[in-house]
Amino acid sequence: MVAKKGGNRGEDAEDELKREPLQAILLADSFATKFRPITLERPKVLLPLVNVPMIDYTLAWLESAGVEEVFVFCCAHSKQVIDYLKNSKWFGQPNFAVSTIESHDSISAGDALRLIYERHVINGDFILVTGDTVSNMPLIQALKEHKERRRKDNNAVMTIVIKQSKPSSITNQSRLGTEELFMAIDPDTKQLLYYEDKADDRKGTISLDKGLLMDNASISLHNDKQDCYIDICSPEVLSLFTDNFDYQHLRRHFVKGLLVDDIMGYKIFSHEIHSSYAARIDNYRSYDTISKDIIQRWTYPLVPDVQFFGNCASKLERRGMYRASEVGLSRSAQIGPFTVIGNGTSIGSNTEISDSVVGEDCVIGSNVSIEGCYIWNNVTIENGCKLRHAIVCDGVIMKSGAVLEPGGVLSFKVVVGQQFIVPAYSKVSLLQQPVIKDSDEELEYDDNSSGIIGIPSISSTPEKLNDQFGTKLSDSQRRAGSESFLYQVGDGGVGFIWSLGEGGHEEEWRHSVAPIPADKLIEIIRTATDELEISNQDGNFLPPSGELEPDSVDNDSDEDARDDYSYFEKEVEATFLRAVHENVKEDHIILEVNALRLSYNLTSTDCASALFYSMMKLASDTPHDTPGELVKNVATVITKWKQLLKDYLSSIDEEIEVILKFEELCLESTKEYTPLFVQVLHLLYDQDVIQEKAILDWASEKEEAEESDKLFLKQAEKFIQWLNEASEEED
Amino acid sequence: MDFQVVVLAGGFSLVPLVSKEVPKALLPVANRPVLSYVLDLLEQKNLKDLIVVVEGESAALAVSAWISSTYIDRLHVQVAAVPEDVGTAGALRAIHRRLNAKDILVVSGDLVCDVPPGAVAAAHRRHDAVVTALLCSAPVSGPSDSGSSGAKDKAKKPGRYNIIALDPTKQFLLHIAAGAEVEKDIRVQKSILRAVSQMEICADLMDAHMYAFKRSVLLDVLNQNETYQSLRRDVLPYLVRSQLRSELLSNGVQSDENGNGTDAMQNIKILPSQLLANASTPSFHELFALGPDGSASMTRKTHKCCVYIANKSKYCARLNSIQAFSDINRDVVGDANHLSGYSFSAHNNVIHPSAVLGSKTTVGPQCVLGDGSLMGDKCSVKKSVIGRHCRIGSNVKVVSSVIMDHVTIGDGCSILGSVICSNVQLQERVVLKDCQVEAGFVVTAGSEYKAESLAKNEKL
Repeated sequence: MVAKKGGNRGEDAEDELKREPLQAILLADSFATKFRPITLERPKVLLPLVNVPMIDYTLAWLESAGVEEVFVFCCAHSKQVIDYLKNSKWFGQPNFAVSTIESHDSISAGDALRLIYERHVINGDFILVTGDTVSNMPLIQALKEHKERRRKDNNAVMTIVIKQSKPSSITNQSRLGTEELFMAIDPDTKQLLYYEDKADDRKGTISLDKGLLMDNASISLHNDKQDCYIDICSPEVLSLFTDNFDYQHLRRHFVKGLLVDDIMGYKIFSHEIHSSYAARIDNYRSYDTISKDIIQRWTYPLVPDVQFFGNCASKLERRGMYRASEVGLSRSAQIGPFTVIGNGTSIGSNTEISDSVVGEDCVIGSNVSIEGCYIWNNVTIENGCKLRHAIVCDGVIMKSGAVLEPGGVLSFKVVVGQQFIVPAYSKVSLLQQPVIKDSDEELEYDDNSSGIIGIPSISSTPEKLNDQFGTKLSDSQRRAGSESFLYQVGDGGVGFIWSLGEGGHEEEWRHSVAPIPADKLIEIIRTATDELEISNQDGNFLPPSGELEPDSVDNDSDEDARDDYSYFEKEVEATFLRAVHENVKEDHIILEVNALRLSYNLTSTDCASALFYSMMKLASDTPHDTPGELVKNVATVITKWKQLLKDYLSSIDEEIEVILKFEELCLESTKEYTPLFVQVLHLLYDQDVIQEKAILDWASEKEEAEESDKLFLKQAEKFIQWLNEASEEED
Repeated sequence: MDFQVVVLAGGFSLVPLVSKEVPKALLPVANRPVLSYVLDLLEQKNLKDLIVVVEGESAALAVSAWISSTYIDRLHVQVAAVPEDVGTAGALRAIHRRLNAKDILVVSGDLVCDVPPGAVAAAHRRHDAVVTALLCSAPVSGPSDSGSSGAKDKAKKPGRYNIIALDPTKQFLLHIAAGAEVEKDIRVQKSILRAVSQMEICADLMDAHMYAFKRSVLLDVLNQNETYQSLRRDVLPYLVRSQLRSELLSNGVQSDENGNGTDAMQNIKILPSQLLANASTPSFHELFALGPDGSASMTRKTHKCCVYIANKSKYCARLNSIQAFSDINRDVVGDANHLSGYSFSAHNNVIHPSAVLGSKTTVGPQCVLGDGSLMGDKCSVKKSVIGRHCRIGSNVKVVSSVIMDHVTIGDGCSILGSVICSNVQLQERVVLKDCQVEAGFVVTAGSEYKAESLAKNEKL
């Protein structure tokens, strides 16, 4: 009976799943800055890829793969995306509902998914992609596998699509310009066990948790796969993002978080595609690679001569050349292989174009040489220009004789002056480079490409730009301004050449559209050989068990402690000074000092001596001429702040510590106090900061010290004697 | 074939089974010294020129005496004594002058297996490897039905076996670590992973301690790294680790006393032509050696570490624990009885003709009863090995145990899952479960022990 019931329910569930329309979330914001400066003016998903906006490829694929409902999440330039979709044919398709979700303050994929969760629009398993995905993979098989796993194990929340792709052995980056990926996968269940995409080059080894082998007899470790960033997710993924509000990045946080956390036991699986195509445009290099793949028809049916959405079919001619119907081509122009020429473009005589994409309504003059370039719409290139491996956006004018060297990017409506040579890898835009970040901040950005993000609709609302960057576009930039920043691009040129960040140039060649220059390759090979040597030598020192001996740590710990204390002292001093100058309440200072104490893991004795030190420092820093005035200063400070100090003097030990600290102060940092030792000591005694017993204990402790240490004891002899007598009298 | 065989028959680790009189190599497995299994295996494959290395002079004498009595005219064996506790690497260092063949096959003396060493040697030669290791499937441990739960726990101890990384074709060794020695993380070198693209990490394979080494390389490593103690823990991991950055070939050739006449440069030049000659797909080592741009402009030195993985149907075990001792004895008379060299009766057991059984005494299948042993009435023996000249009383139960020679067992004893060494005397009604009894020990009447090791000094 029971079994039968179960069976029925299973069928019901299956029916239910079938009835559920297949949904997809399309993130129309990459939450990255790799396509700047272009993305300052237009969202990445609307950039043309072989003359068709990227988002059309993604939507066309989703539609053909059987997705019935797509939620397009827009954040940066959301208005442009929505307007584009409204004017396109995507709205109002039968069996393919496209709706948009707009946000203005999401800064990461995590934020986006949290917002979508709140909308309660996702009812079942869904496809999660970004709007820059080009693929022709069928989803049925992967979806079926995902659902079968789900039925057996409710914790199988996600299936990621991977594809064979060996990163270059020289640069260690994939052909898409992304960094090499290390994955561990269970060969039988295809469960993903380890994921490392931001390889830390300094580490020559991968550390796998031994526990993995307890559950799985064998693991495959891969360096030859590429992540397609196509995920099949269960609805739990959205709630997981909501539960873990610090998850930002899909891979770096979410996937790693699930893999590391074994408490909830959520599992991620992989689905490898073999014959179909899937890739994401992550940077300029993948833009170049994927454009070529499209021209070479790997992405069929998403190719220029097949009309899918919004594109205007062009004709495939021999040698992989596509030409739209209305192209004004001079007889003597030579169009090389693997080139696409858009509608309404005219090309002058003796012009050579090869391996390039030219958009619509461009005017290309005579004797122009174009190789490996992506020229968008309405571009004017005058006679005699030379362009190599570059991206030229809409409305750019290159005046006669201008040269664009490999890796260059000309953003919208830039004008390059006559004969001007745009240097390699330079990015030119009408907009100024927004920020010169602090080096700290920049690191953070590099680390976490989900950092900032497309500045929402800059072109449409320049005021907003000013709002946002008004503060940041401050002195540093204006200072740097006229010389290094506002490079004019030749006579009559318009545009700023963006300066590459420090060390930025180093990485620029990795991600540009230009092929990697040969000298770079040789350089890398050389360093790689050295590195190999180093890493192997490291290996030799590793004991076979692979554990590093922590013996050196012990020796350092003392020094560390001292360092810690001096940092702590400085912070306490800063806190105290702030209190003095800004009239902060004592309670607050106590709170702050306590917080510092906890963060440095020190005792309240340390607080007392640090506070005392700060006070004495304050007194000695206050202007004074004679020792007498200094004593007066001390008296003022102590009188004012003794309550604060006493808070930390809960026992005799701490008071003794204060005396010892004072001794140290007199000996080392502030020698001014040396002759005043007794006076100050007396003062402290009078102010009830230090009790008689503490002084006597200190004295007896010092009795046994070396002669040199007794300097202050001798000074204080009389005082101590007096104290002794006083106490005897009392008795 | 130009292979020299070194059998490492050291070790005193199995207290209380091993003593000065009975070194580990001579522990009986189905009433034959364990070393005989290796020697027989080698003899079958026509590898008759052997060096047996034994730790300690007295043990060497004992082993030497046994070998000369047993294998006279059959094998040409040199027995070499090395100081105790030099480790396996140290033992080879000590006898390096006697090594003169191109390749050395190093076999552990406690190996009981039926994997042909020739297969390992062939794999070694085929790839021109510096080292080839024999891997076998880790035994699915635990005695089948002895009911000795304690022993089972021991066998299930996690991380007992090796963590081994192989290339997808399962020919090359990319990483090796002993499971027990890995503290937390398995650390895999990225450079190797990059070169090979994909590696399989397995936890179900066991290093069987049969290695083929290129002699020049082995001696180099031993000489250059004098601190290396163990082949398994030091030498093999070193070779595996440095396989893409070999320092060996050039040095090895230069210090080659035989003077093969090739220097390092020639070696490298040969590579591309070798590739063509082999007409097989080049291994990742060779591709890596050619340098990233495919030309020979930046050649790198590599060496290959290969494995030979024994078929799952082959038997392979090492006598390196008391549990293993019991298991191997059980298997050699049971599932893997072709190894024992005995012909089993219709009842699937071996009872020496000179053994005498009392009335109503039954000896079950998978048992061996040695010559001259006497058993009283109403005894029952199951899945056990009983040695020579034992005197066993009446009403004695022996299950899943090993009883060595000249043991006297009183009436009414019950022995479960235990090991009883030679010359032990068990008085009446002794009950032992999962115990080990040291040679010459006397267990007093009526005592009961469970999971204990009984040795003389405990009585003192």
